[in-house]
Formats: sequence, C-alpha cells, structure tokens
Amino acid sequence: MDLLVCLKRVPIAGGTFLLTPDNRDVETKHLGFGISPHEENAVEAGVQLVEQMGGSLTLLTLGPTDAEEQLRSQLAIGASRAILLETDGQDWDPQGTAAALVDAIKADPTKFELILFGAESADSAGYQIHIRIAHALGWPIITNVKAMTIKDGVVHCERVVGSERELYEAPLPAIVTVRDGLNIPRYPSVPGRIQSRKKPVDMKKAEPRLPKLEKLQLTLAPSKAKSAEILGEGEAAVPALIEVLKKIGILA
Amino acid sequence: MILVLIDHDRGVLDPLSLRALTSARKLSDDVQAVVIGKSGASVAAEVGEYGAKVLYVATNSGLSDYAPMASGRALVQLVNELKPQVVLAAGGPRGNEQLAHLAAFMDLPMAAECTAIKIGNPHEVTRARWAANIFEDALVHSELLIASVLAFSVEPEAVGGSAEVKEFEVKLEPADTLVKVIGRASESKGGGVSLTDAKVIVSGGRGVGGPEGFGILEELAGLLEGTVGCSRVVTSSGWRPHAEQVGQTGTKVAPDLYLACGISGAMQHIAGCKNSKTIIVINTDPEAPILAYADYAIIGDLHKVIPALTAAVKAARG
Repeated sequence: MDLLVCLKRVPIAGGTFLLTPDNRDVETKHLGFGISPHEENAVEAGVQLVEQMGGSLTLLTLGPTDAEEQLRSQLAIGASRAILLETDGQDWDPQGTAAALVDAIKADPTKFELILFGAESADSAGYQIHIRIAHALGWPIITNVKAMTIKDGVVHCERVVGSERELYEAPLPAIVTVRDGLNIPRYPSVPGRIQSRKKPVDMKKAEPRLPKLEKLQLTLAPSKAKSAEILGEGEAAVPALIEVLKKIGILA
Repeated sequence: MILVLIDHDRGVLDPLSLRALTSARKLSDDVQAVVIGKSGASVAAEVGEYGAKVLYVATNSGLSDYAPMASGRALVQLVNELKPQVVLAAGGPRGNEQLAHLAAFMDLPMAAECTAIKIGNPHEVTRARWAANIFEDALVHSELLIASVLAFSVEPEAVGGSAEVKEFEVKLEPADTLVKVIGRASESKGGGVSLTDAKVIVSGGRGVGGPEGFGILEELAGLLEGTVGCSRVVTSSGWRPHAEQVGQTGTKVAPDLYLACGISGAMQHIAGCKNSKTIIVINTDPEAPILAYADYAIIGDLHKVIPALTAAVKAARG
C-alpha cells in the first residue's frame, strides 16, 4: 500500500513565547524546530503499515527550505522519499496550503491509498486543511483517530469522545487524521539516520495565493500566571484544604 | 442573522454550544440555530433559553448518527436558503470538523477558535493559536463568515425565550454519509462522569508513580462525585486509558475544581486545564510550573496528602 504523511515544521516552544518585532511571528531565534506532536504518530503509523503490508511511505510538507531538516529526521524513521513544497517562509492561509498540497498529490506519480495527518498543528490550529484536501480529492476523511486498522481495503478507526470510543470506517483511498496515543513513535536508529541523508527529497516551488484568512498580527495571551496560595506542607495542610473546598462550594 | 450549529450526541446537548449561542447573541439579536438529525430536536428548549429564535432540525433518513460531511452538506443548504452573515459553532473536534466541511463545500475561508468577532467587509476576528498562548488578529475576506468559538472563552448566559422548531429536509449525496459513527465502545470503568461533564477532576501525573497509585485518586474523585484525569505521560506509559488525558492533545476541561496531583504542568497540559474555576496542586516540587496557574497548593507527597484528604472529607461530611 502506498501511503502519504503530511507534516509541518514548527518551532519547539518551551513554556514562554516571544514574538518578532513586527508582531507577525513567533520569535524563533532561540528555538529548535520539530513537527507537531500528533504527526509523529502519523509517521509511526505509516511506517508500521508499510512494515505489515508492503508498499511505500512518502512524506509531504509545505514550508521554508529549512523544512528539509524535519523531512530528513522523519525519513530516518522509515519513509522512502519526501516532497518539500517551498514557500517564501510566510504562514500560508489554510485554503492556499490545501490547494498547494492537492496539486502536489494529484501530480505525484504514486497513487496514494491512504493519507495521514496529525489531528492539529501545534502552531496555527486551523482545523481544516485535511478536510479541504479530502473534498478536493473526493475521498472520505476520518479525523481525531486514536486507533486504526486496515483490512480488505477498508480503514477502521476509533475516536475518543467523552468516556466513549466512536467507531468509524471508510473505503480506501481515504484520509485519516491521528492523535497522540495512536502508537508510541520510535526514535530513529543510527543506520536510519545515515540512510535518510541519501533518500530523495523532491523540492518544488509553491506559488502563494492571496490569503482569504489574512493574518494581521499576533499578541501574546495575557499572562494568567497567578501565585498559588501555599496552604502548607504535607498532611498538615489538609485542614486548610478542607476550608478551601468549603469556600469554593465543593463541600457543604 | 447569525446561524449557530448546535452539537448534540444522540439528542444530548453539548454544553459548549450554549456558549456559542451567547457569542452569537453578542453579535446580533437575530440568532437562529440548527441541529443535525431528528434526535437533535430534543435540545429545542435549552437552545431557546439561550437566545435562539428558531431551531432548524436538519433531517434525512440517512442521518442516524454523527456524520460530519453530512452536517457540512446540511449547513450548505441552510446557508443558501437563509443567507446568514455568520455561521458559528463551538470550537472542539466536532464543531471545527463540521464547519470545515461547510467551508470546503463552499470554498470559503474558516476562522477556527475565535475569541472576538467583528462583522464587516472584511470581517475581523481574533483567534487562538499555539494552544491559546498566542492570539492572532486576522481579516476574513468572504461575505459569509464561518467561525468557531474557542471553548470556554465565553460564559453561557440564559436569556429566557423559546425557539420555534422548524424541520428542514436535507438532500444528501451518498458520499456525505460514508463516514459516520457506526458503533461505540466504552472507554471508562463504567458509571463514571466524563471529563467534560465533571464538576471535580482529580488528576494524576508522573508523580503518581504507576497505575496502582491511581486507586487513591479514584476513591477521592468518587467521594467528591467527580472523575479521574491524568497527564500525557500517564497515558503514554499505559497507566490509564487515553480518554482520561487532559491537555491540548487530550481533552480540554473546565471543572469547578481541578486537583492536580503529581503533575508538573507542561504547556500542553496547562492548555487543557487552565479554564478550571479553581486549580489546586499537590506536588512535592514548590517550583513546578503548574503552580503558576494554580489557586492553591500543598507542597507534599500526594501518596500521603490524598489519603489524609479523603479521610478529612469523609469526616467533614460526618
């Protein structure tokens, strides 16, 4: 089975954020880069499926030239090749991103049967690119999946809602977006890292469109930081805690 | 007119949808609502109470359970008929997904996780990014604004009133119902309150030490009529089921009391619990990041503090 996993290069943020002087982007001078957490699960799922069923795993991203670093690190996990749609380094809006990805998927000589995404990107939280791509390809899409199996050309998925798991299925070709918890992503092996340097990364220029969702500026969330009132240490603090529970109405 | 998509699960209203109604009322006096599927008609009284004048019930014999593309199709048909200025839904996996299908069908932009909306040409929105650590001011270049409301960013306000129920027959294509809920399985230990509904969440992290350590958390949660939550490391280690994970990658919660036990407070965890009314921390480390978001803290070993607390709660109840 031929699979495609879509990734996004994002800065690895610690606890606090800084913005660039023009307030348009996160200041990344002192940050490393990686991919969004759920996407590591998508790559792991892709590698496992190819191990079980044969076929190939391709990676696709849209981003700056530097996104090659993220593609190489995921190629080291087990994908066979990657496609990088190079942008000017700016944030693209969801419609522009989806259109560029659709063009690349349609133009690719490989006829993919399953496309995996992380359920959401760490940075932009748009919740739509994968659905736009499904519509453009005319494929079914199942989102927020925490368990997935493929049998006889059908993908079976589970999604956690409240205290229940919802069951879904769809015929291939299909798109599935996965969540953290689907599997435990492996670390790249040393031979994997060495091989990844030789694997093909196809660089293509992507043409931006005028954004319909146009970013003006970013602001940092007001610091919610409060200083917790320390009730005391160990069991000795329990009576004070009981008083708090009464005050906030948890205990009568 | 503002059209609000009301989410429901087999006829049970998603309370976040009431907050979306409140957001809509702040934009316009003319708020109408839509539910997908016949069973959704049961939410009419609450929807009216929170300000919708009309509740459209989108029906089709193929709409038996949640089917996101079919929801998108129903919204397209309703939008074409009613010509609202804005379509709103509560942010969250379901709301965002159904709106994204609407946006994809119509090839229109969509602004997810908004905290502020100004209707205009173009529309102006403020939306959450980076797990609501950063907000983006953006313009939406489209006559119709499709937007979801950041979960818990608005307090629901009842206004009194009732919604006129109107049935709306949807025309569906076969592909629209290809992906739908075809079954369910329980994730929890049964009888428990779900994380999103719980008033009290007793949540455990790495400091709990292992699956057996959660016994004392369960006992306390049961006593307080709440439920147990946990951090990502706990589910990744297989100590607890994924349904209990609180955080950006798990469930976002807003209980009256969030009791964080042995949780250091990674950014992604904070993103899931910071809307709680009161956060109380039990942690051995007075420097743990979660203290910066907590209202109260006890510095100490949860394995000693929790049993003492459980005993004290029992004593206080007599």
